[in-house]
Amino acid sequence: MALEFNAEYKKQVDWTLSRYPKKEAAMLPVLHLAQYQFGYISTEVMELVAKTLDVPVSRVQDVVTFYSMFREQPVGKYHIQVCHTLACAINGGAQVVKYLEEKCGVKANEGISADGKFSILRVECLGSCSTSPMMQVNDDYYENLTKARIDELVEKWKKE
Amino acid sequence: MEKVLTKMVGIENSRNIDVYLKSGGYQALPKALKMTPDQLVGMMKDAGVRGRGGAGFPTGMKWSFLPKDNPNPRYLLCNADESEPGTCKDRVLMEEDPHQVIEGLAISSFAIQAHTCYIYIRGEYVNGAQVLNKAIQEAYDKGYLGKNILGSGFDLDITVHRGAGAYICGEETGLIESLEGKRGWPRIKPPFPAVYGVFGSPTIVNNVETLVTPVHIINRGIQWWKDNEPKLYCMSGHLNRPGVFEAKIGINLKDLIYGDDYSQGIAKGRKLKAVIPGGSSVPVLKADECDVAMDFDALAKAGSALGSAGCMVMDETTCMVNALWNLIKFYAHESCGQCTPCREGGHWMEMVLGRIETGRGRMEDLDLMLETANNIAGRTICPLGDALAWPIAGMPDKNKGGDLSGNSFVTKFRDEFEYHITNKKCKVTIPHEWN
Ligand SMILES: Cc1cc2nc3c(=O)[nH]c(=O)nc-3n(C[C@H](O)[C@H](O)[C@H](O)COP(=O)(O)O)c2cc1C
Ligand code: SF4
Repeated sequence: MALEFNAEYKKQVDWTLSRYPKKEAAMLPVLHLAQYQFGYISTEVMELVAKTLDVPVSRVQDVVTFYSMFREQPVGKYHIQVCHTLACAINGGAQVVKYLEEKCGVKANEGISADGKFSILRVECLGSCSTSPMMQVNDDYYENLTKARIDELVEKWKKE
Repeated sequence: MEKVLTKMVGIENSRNIDVYLKSGGYQALPKALKMTPDQLVGMMKDAGVRGRGGAGFPTGMKWSFLPKDNPNPRYLLCNADESEPGTCKDRVLMEEDPHQVIEGLAISSFAIQAHTCYIYIRGEYVNGAQVLNKAIQEAYDKGYLGKNILGSGFDLDITVHRGAGAYICGEETGLIESLEGKRGWPRIKPPFPAVYGVFGSPTIVNNVETLVTPVHIINRGIQWWKDNEPKLYCMSGHLNRPGVFEAKIGINLKDLIYGDDYSQGIAKGRKLKAVIPGGSSVPVLKADECDVAMDFDALAKAGSALGSAGCMVMDETTCMVNALWNLIKFYAHESCGQCTPCREGGHWMEMVLGRIETGRGRMEDLDLMLETANNIAGRTICPLGDALAWPIAGMPDKNKGGDLSGNSFVTKFRDEFEYHITNKKCKVTIPHEWN
């Protein structure tokens, strides 16, 4: 069955379209909205976005495969992205990944933990260099990470 | 020193329009609307403002490139992609003082006579986008945006446009393509954006920090600007107090690293080893080269660049082979793939560095890297190719007929690279603990 935006997202899609002289320019914002509603960008989601913007599905796929934030697979409830570029790397970025792997029970870049809660990715610079090491979990930044802080966060997420 | 760009940082509710107004906000905009656009462009030229996004291009001059006889609507694009590793300053402006940004965008839009402005913000800055959206709504409600701003007859719409995780969309023509809803593939220039930009229209792309400067020049005058030019510096790495600091442009790098008002020295009492002063694409400085003014000309003279003022400080626990490998991996990953030298060269450099780091390097790899870097720089559509080559082999050198000077990682730390190759292990033995 063809997918549709729900009422809340439909409103945001319409407002977004009104901000650009060409529909196609709303590609990234509409994809972001779609990813919020559906969790990831499946073929059906691409079809919905293509229909919304009046473009061929191949145009949407072209964009989805170029930008690292659009994912074609589901992720954990807590999708953890750890910066591994220089400013974070020299301040323990790799150790942060290792520690998170142990705590969350899933390896970086290897899917979702058995309980469905966690996925971990190593990513390039997130523009938070003066608060390294850092990670982004879903939409939020967690900065100046220490073992104690990660313990506290992961325990909280495990209970939720 | 009096804070100007970061005046609102740390103030309660700094993002609220009433708090901004109470602290003297939105006083420059009405003055600007009483000037002529040409006067504003002239003001930017006279003040000598140079772009804060990386290239240091004179802003007034860029604005004057807009064709006078093109009937298409003009666009102002605020580059908030903040994607050059080491750079984290625009985030502070947007998240802590969004109205300063909006006031700057309104003045700049009027100066170039654009009625539509997009803030292209990196997709990961979700919080920044939310803060900006809220502030933009407040500004519309109070008549600082929208139709007939403050009774001047000037209309302006601002829209926040989130990117989606691609460094190359910070490059101005990659940004334009991305804003049009495509892959962020940089365009061949000319035509320049001022003539043929987004939607085929005349377009100006400037960095966030560049676009707030007219607020302060109008409020305080051109002479004040020349005497006090404020600049943001992003201090990261092995520091006691990393952070984004405001200082007069040209502050000595040593003061930024060691000064009480700034980063307060190297963490854990360790020794300084190297500094990348202007974002990851600029050549590295050795510890004994850090007595240098942090401005465009002095750093160029020192064989590096101010770039985006993303200053990464490395202590004696840092392996220079590993550090360069890390950076080159970044550029190889972020190459958009259009040009062979950048796409292939990046991956080859990454592999060569990887084999040196893991004990499989050959002595000839060092000259091979310098030569390859030289064959990448200047031979690509966009400057990502250069950004990949400069950390390896330095900036172009007039005395070498425009070839790269050689003065960066591979030459300055050649002993460490050779040690890796000969001994199949790292010369650095002091571990860096994380806790
Ligand atoms: C690969 C690459 C990435 C860039 N990333 C950014 C960025 O994140 N932010 C930015 O303002 N400029 C960036 N630039 C520079 C822009 O192309 C452009 O020169 C700048 O936005 C102009 O603004 P300015 O004149 O105010 O400096 C980048 C350039 C290149 C080549
Ligand atoms: S230099 Fe690299 S990033 Fe720039 S256009 Fe060419 S391939 Fe793309």
